[in-house]
Amino acid sequence: MTYLRDAAALARKDLLLELRGRETVPAMVLFVVAVFVAFRFALPQEQEAAAQGLLWVAIVLTALLGLIRAFVPEREQGVLDALVLAPCDRSAIWLGKALAVLAFLLVAEAAAVPLFGLFFTEVTAATVGAILLANVGLCAVGTLLAAMAVAGRAREVLLPLLFLPLSIPVVIGGVGATVSADPARYLGFLALYDAIFAILAWATFEYVVTE
Amino acid sequence: MLGVGFGLALLWVGELEGFAAGGIFFLHVPIALTAYAMLGWGAWKALRLLWTGEERYDLESYTAIHIGVIFALLTLVTGSIWARAEWLVWWDWRDRQLVAFLILFLFYSAYFMLRYSLEPGSGRMRISAVYALFGAVLIPMSFLAVRLADQFLHRTPLIRRGTPDIEGSVLAVFGVCLAGMLALAAAMYAVELAGKRLDLRLREAHA
Amino acid sequence: MIRARGLSKRYGPKRVIQGLDLDVPAGGFVVVTGPNGSGKTTLLRLVAGLVAPSAGELDVAAHRARIGFLAHEPLVYRELSALQNLDLYGRLYRIPERRERIGMLLERFGLWESRREPVASLSRGLQQRLALCRTLLHDPELLLLDEPFNALDAEGAELLDGELAGLRGRTFLVATHDPGRLAQLATGALALA
Repeated sequence: MTYLRDAAALARKDLLLELRGRETVPAMVLFVVAVFVAFRFALPQEQEAAAQGLLWVAIVLTALLGLIRAFVPEREQGVLDALVLAPCDRSAIWLGKALAVLAFLLVAEAAAVPLFGLFFTEVTAATVGAILLANVGLCAVGTLLAAMAVAGRAREVLLPLLFLPLSIPVVIGGVGATVSADPARYLGFLALYDAIFAILAWATFEYVVTE
Repeated sequence: MLGVGFGLALLWVGELEGFAAGGIFFLHVPIALTAYAMLGWGAWKALRLLWTGEERYDLESYTAIHIGVIFALLTLVTGSIWARAEWLVWWDWRDRQLVAFLILFLFYSAYFMLRYSLEPGSGRMRISAVYALFGAVLIPMSFLAVRLADQFLHRTPLIRRGTPDIEGSVLAVFGVCLAGMLALAAAMYAVELAGKRLDLRLREAHA
Repeated sequence: MIRARGLSKRYGPKRVIQGLDLDVPAGGFVVVTGPNGSGKTTLLRLVAGLVAPSAGELDVAAHRARIGFLAHEPLVYRELSALQNLDLYGRLYRIPERRERIGMLLERFGLWESRREPVASLSRGLQQRLALCRTLLHDPELLLLDEPFNALDAEGAELLDGELAGLRGRTFLVATHDPGRLAQLATGALALA
């Protein structure tokens, strides 16, 4: 299972970088809290359903924040070339990076979700399940798109444009699971999204990082 | 060229009859289907590029997606006009097809932003191709998503687009319109592709 | 080891390499010279397999696990230490007895003292030495070096001279502005326009 070991080594590297630099995760946590406060004022009256929806907007934007930073060390120092040259499968680079971003997102959500329950309204088990499923899809797709964006100019502007349309189905699945009386079908949809897009990202990552 | 001429003639006749029969339905739906066809064609060419590495597929994929986006925009416009005509609103979120098209339009617009931000070369070709493949998967996914969204987004029951009674002759007219629209798209594709190829050759000769 | 026939690479309309023929036998040491922008770096990247040719044939008889690539940039994570960087590459290249090998290389290149400091705090010369460690870590049989003497101080250059002599028998393709330095080792030369 050297494939998983390679991905683990790469993910470990990203976690080490974050522990040394401490830039991304604190920014994500602060961001999501700030977004909640802004939402509180954006909703003039108590509107529980609207608040549930805004939770998902917050999650997508926080994920985006984490993703914008995702390949920066690799691209800035050209290290991506060295990783691509290594004998490991190129998709292991994707997997390692996606796992690291997922870890950052989970940390940010661990702070955000209880806060959401405090500021707005109770968070159900279905919502938590949806968040976990959505994380997988967002990180799988987002990591691949981040690698694309970082290859070009204006990468900070480009990644949101690439990421947001693809995140709309996730928002739909998530909000549906949160507000509907039958969350199972939305959770199922999220699982489908995850499976299909994760496989696609895994299969095509090689072509994104080689020329 | 003869085929193109014939196709366009078909389109013209079809549209005239179509309008007489049921109005903008005969314009909007063929445009929508053509948009799907071109975007799917672009994804197919992208797959061929990744599979074989032959560079010509890049221009073919790009051109197909370009035409597809034009038709997608037309879908949104004609759909909006139709909505206005039938329900007196320019936009209705209950219209599943249009909402799904909007998502796709956003996605494929970003395709061009992606291309413009990359230097020409094999890297840009591959990345564009991968993105096009994601688009192909997004098409059914966004439809499914919008369908699911209906259930919690709106309390009022779903509205179906008013379609003319489907009889044999009307179906035939619709078929003609569809064929004509596809012919138009194919013509645009051929012309644009030829133009881009010429442009590329000129630039290479100069460099 | 390396065989190219009519190798071409272009980026859109820009032709970087045009119709290149090349033969590097196993154990050969070929020095590549040429002005800036003549395609030296692109050639190395083609041989390394980082980019695919636009036209022509290119055969490289070494799997990428056996290729060592030294680029213009050191290709290390600046916020991590030398030790952490080499440990990562050691894992990815599946080096047996990783710790010993890393320790040996760090000592040989005079980086042992600063092995735990973040790379960003090292001088450019030391960073280049670390890059050399990275390149040699997995004991490659084909070495692609892009201006290896760049940024090295006198001591570093001496270390590198020693290394290159010690690695006789491996195959080398070296891009440089200073071919005289390598004249002793070179078995062939390629001048790009």
